[in-house]
Amino acid sequence: MTEAPSYLSPTGQEIVFLLLGAVAVGSALLTVTTRQLVHAALWLVVCFGALAGCYLVLTAEFVAWVQVLIYVGAIVVLLLFGIMLTRAPIGRSADLDSSNRPAAVIVAIATAAVLVTVVVDGFRMAYVPLEPGGGSAGELGAAIFRNWVLPFEVLSVLLLAALIGAIVLSRTDIRGRE
Amino acid sequence: MHVVYPLVVSALLFSIGVYGVLARRNTILVLMSVELMLNAVNLNLVVFDVWLRDRLHSGQVLTLFVIVIAAAEVGLGLAIVLALYRNRQTIDLDRLRSLSEPTDPGATNPGPVDPGPDGSRPTAPGSADPAGAALPGEAGAHSPPRTRHPEQAPAEIRNLPRGHARAATRTRRSRSPAGSETDARPGDAS
Repeated sequence: MTEAPSYLSPTGQEIVFLLLGAVAVGSALLTVTTRQLVHAALWLVVCFGALAGCYLVLTAEFVAWVQVLIYVGAIVVLLLFGIMLTRAPIGRSADLDSSNRPAAVIVAIATAAVLVTVVVDGFRMAYVPLEPGGGSAGELGAAIFRNWVLPFEVLSVLLLAALIGAIVLSRTDIRGRE
Repeated sequence: MHVVYPLVVSALLFSIGVYGVLARRNTILVLMSVELMLNAVNLNLVVFDVWLRDRLHSGQVLTLFVIVIAAAEVGLGLAIVLALYRNRQTIDLDRLRSLSEPTDPGATNPGPVDPGPDGSRPTAPGSADPAGAALPGEAGAHSPPRTRHPEQAPAEIRNLPRGHARAATRTRRSRSPAGSETDARPGDAS
């Protein structure tokens, strides 16, 4: 939008964002490479927390708190319950990676290379001066309940359907018609 | 702030998620990697919303929607994983090959020979395996192992005893087949 300042003189926001992004990427790497299941879930908490910090730096406060509440508070707890209920081994287990790991490494590096080169080439000159208030709860609530009411309601129906589906799937005394 | 920084972070997170989906064997770890990919998309949405100064805030609203859909997805996915564990005693993606294409008969014929060191398990699989008992359709396929499904039966026999032997090797899991079997019995009876 405005002309971009040099990359060699980063502002404080950029430094904070880059540190948080490094934490997020590093803990994501540890999530997919660790040998212990429970540690993977805990590194996922670190990654989501760092991403919430990134949202805060980008002035999206409401999204940041929703991220903390739902991802860190609900989804990781659900995953930990899944680990517990499938009687996963506590401690190090050697067979967490499947046999196609080299192919996965190649595909992931190729994806990263393509995405990073395209993104850097396309958005090199883009610059956004951050101003607070753009993502506050008031702004987002007004946007949701003025312009996005129908998708919001559809989403609540979808959540209800997912809830009923999870109950039906996890109960053993509900059978289909023989 | 330069828009490139968040976009590069998001691209790296997405590729890490791709690696996790492809390389991990445990189903819950695959679900975690899917969450990483969804978070990469969320970061992109927030950055573009802030950059373009959207009057409707479509980026951040869509981020909230994606978070809600991810919660629903994880709930359903974990219910499916638990049902899978109840029936098969394993959630390793490599061992869930019931729906895979049958390979050529020369490769599947040595299947029953494969778990030979485990003991005499392949001779009587339908009576002792908890997974075979929990699935009535598969129990019917087991009792005449060779006659009805000549190309499916070796794959089933090859899959089940390995999971059973694995459950027996872990001392924490050794209680699980009996417990899940007794849990599954009243459900079958009703």
